[in-house]
Amino acid sequence: MNEPENELLAPGHRTCAGCGPAIAIRQMLRATGKNVVICEATGCMEVTSTAYPETSWKVPWIHVLFENVSSVASGVKEALIKQGKDDVKVIALAGDGGMVDIGFRALSGAMERGHDVLFLCYDNEAYMNTGVQRSGATPFGAATTTSPAGTEIAGKQEWKKNVPFIAVAHGLKYVATASIAYPEDFQAKIKKALSIKGPKYLHVHCPCPVGWGCDGAKTIKYAKAAVETGLWALYEIEEGKLKLNTKPSELKPAEEYLRGQRRFKHLKEEDIKKIEKHAKQRFDHLLELENSEISLLKVL
Amino acid sequence: MIIMETTIGGIIYEPGSSAKTKTGDWRTFKPIFDNEKCKRCGICQKFCPEGIISINEQGAKANMDYCKGCGICAEECPFKAITMEVEKK
Repeated sequence: MNEPENELLAPGHRTCAGCGPAIAIRQMLRATGKNVVICEATGCMEVTSTAYPETSWKVPWIHVLFENVSSVASGVKEALIKQGKDDVKVIALAGDGGMVDIGFRALSGAMERGHDVLFLCYDNEAYMNTGVQRSGATPFGAATTTSPAGTEIAGKQEWKKNVPFIAVAHGLKYVATASIAYPEDFQAKIKKALSIKGPKYLHVHCPCPVGWGCDGAKTIKYAKAAVETGLWALYEIEEGKLKLNTKPSELKPAEEYLRGQRRFKHLKEEDIKKIEKHAKQRFDHLLELENSEISLLKVL
Repeated sequence: MIIMETTIGGIIYEPGSSAKTKTGDWRTFKPIFDNEKCKRCGICQKFCPEGIISINEQGAKANMDYCKGCGICAEECPFKAITMEVEKK
């Protein structure tokens, strides 16, 4: 099943050794199959998968700007419907910069208009393609070239933007988060999302060894540690009802995830405690939401 | 000045043509598969960023034309059937 001849992303792509997003795209294509059109915003995976005149993609694929991938995906879907090809799935794919910052206006518009598109963000937590600048998805404390750790600040001073919940606020019937360390969970979520008509949003966490400053061999280790420490939670929100997909009986200390990454190496004990406290509180709130009968869609 | 001829709209007509570029020469380390220890579980296959590991009855094998030597397969193998060695060129 996972044999190279069934691969829909050809090798020879120019991603760095140990690239997390490349793993995310491969896992994604395993779940979508061939009957799909991928619209992709500028970003790491766009640049590295299509070094003109070559392409790694074996499914129809269109490159668009950082700003408008969701708009283009809406148009592609509507055109396919007009042609009577309703069964062809459309995915708007972008990195965290292209989805949650620069492409955010187009994403919001497309979700609000209700196009039958899966919006998929592969989140490597900064603008890696242009040389590691902070994005809305960069976590608290992470040093990037535009949030450097020095005497004034200790890396980024804001928390990660919660785009899955913003997607829920658009009235989406299906919103989920995933991680490349849990491929079966990620692929099941893609399949479920594509079976639902209307807009849906999926946010997959994937480490970037170059931008995070960690060993390329440990990409999956860090992806897993993020989930085990509660710094990244796997959940799905169906019809406004939240369900956690991994529930560690006890969250591991944040240090297990943060140590070994260059972007966090300046963090002091108190910063780590602050991050750990935040993760714990957030996880408890998610548990509370899971146990609550209230649908998040009811408050819209 | 090099002028490259482009297609209208920059359309690429050949799917999967990046396979023409052999990224294997980027490599510093190479994976060595011990097929005695290999249980054919396919975990290395799932996590390889290049998608170049094939598994059959004989065991696992990576297409060295493209392997960048990242070492994820060796790190993730639960049976320690893969070790990374320095590539001698």
